[in-house]
Amino acid sequence: MISIRNVSKHYGSFQVLADCRAEVEKGEVIVVCGPSGSGKSTLIKCVNGLEPFQDGEIVVNGISVGDPKTDLSKLRAQVGMVFQNFELFPHMSITDNLAIAQIKVLGRSREEAVGRGLKLLERVGLSAQAEKFPGQLSGGQQQRVAIARALSMDPICMLFDEPTSALDPEMVKEVLDVMVGLAEEGMTMMVVTHEMGFARRVANRVIFMDQGRIVEDAAKEAFFGTPRSERAQQFLSKILQH
Amino acid sequence: MNDFDWSSIPGALPFLWDGMKTTLEITVIAVVVGIVWGTLLAIMRMSSFKPLSWFAAGYVNLFRSIPLVMVLLWFFLIVPALLESLFNTPRSSDTRLSSAMVAFALFEAAYYSEIIRAGIQSVSKGQISAALALGMSYAQAMRLVVLPQAFRNMVPLLLTQGIILFQDTSLVYVSSLADFFGAAYKVGDRDGRLVELLLFAGAVYFAICFSASLLVKRFQKRVVT
Repeated sequence: MISIRNVSKHYGSFQVLADCRAEVEKGEVIVVCGPSGSGKSTLIKCVNGLEPFQDGEIVVNGISVGDPKTDLSKLRAQVGMVFQNFELFPHMSITDNLAIAQIKVLGRSREEAVGRGLKLLERVGLSAQAEKFPGQLSGGQQQRVAIARALSMDPICMLFDEPTSALDPEMVKEVLDVMVGLAEEGMTMMVVTHEMGFARRVANRVIFMDQGRIVEDAAKEAFFGTPRSERAQQFLSKILQH
Repeated sequence: MNDFDWSSIPGALPFLWDGMKTTLEITVIAVVVGIVWGTLLAIMRMSSFKPLSWFAAGYVNLFRSIPLVMVLLWFFLIVPALLESLFNTPRSSDTRLSSAMVAFALFEAAYYSEIIRAGIQSVSKGQISAALALGMSYAQAMRLVVLPQAFRNMVPLLLTQGIILFQDTSLVYVSSLADFFGAAYKVGDRDGRLVELLLFAGAVYFAICFSASLLVKRFQKRVVT
């Protein structure tokens, strides 16, 4: 489904990504972790072309992201993305947030788009908030709406960029619950997160990055059992201590 | 003080009102065209396509570095000649109003574009990313997501610039066009009551601009809260 082949990216002389390689099969859940500045968010943003990269190739569902001939908008419409800061559109009601891209990008009728949006809103448990504006919702609620908004486009896979990092601790669970539900339904997901509990529960594989490199790409059991690299061991012991 | 004689004002009110209509006409056209053209300039300036961004930067810097009076004078002299050669309009036709509108619109666009650019930059980059990630084109992301938020943040500044523009329209006196100020001047000159008429005109400008800025302030409070 997602194939990352020898991808490198640099700003001037600063190497952000170095020869990254990874494969994500249909239905797989891949957790990407690593210390801050390790390039994990950049990598996931390269997958839908929000970040350009200089070398290598990323192929999503048979389409090359870096190819200048690729219609990136069309590709992005099929790849859902959830951001750290939710990025709901603050000037639109929740209903419009859910409907706008369906109408403007997929060409659905307003009626159909709102219907689909409300159905997904119900799924994330927020039907009562349909007429409100993003500013009136808690962070956890906003992030659940953001997930519903991404799902409203009927994506073939979902990218999550630290979806719980900006949340108060008590709201993390409600967002993770929605993501676990998605994973169990077989959605292909690439998730940048520090939530190791989530990784243990639903991830197929864990990718560990450090200084722009993919240091470890292992099945969940192997990764949490005995990570091969020293960096990953250090990272895990730090993150699991508390 | 006892020498003031206000008696020529009541009879001149219809003429003064015509002048005010001209003033408002120029203001409204310049604000509307200035905002539309200014928005395009702001987007061009932020474009990654260098020639576009150079053009917009050059335009803005040029107009911001030239006194408004000179721009007005040029347009009074150039636009009529241009229209004449393009459309064969008879020399006698009065193009002073239209050239004033064009001059103000082009001049104000330079100022509006800077306000609008700041407004666009005040919208977080994540908003564009989110719109693009949903499959929107860059133009859709701008039109549906960024600009509505930018304009909401900018409304007070845009209105304030409109009030300044309203005052600046009095500069059309260089073409002896009878805007409100021009009309007041003409009446005063005719009746030998220039001081009274200019005081009256000043009071009217003050009343309109001051109440307009009060409204803007009130609106600003509502936007912020």
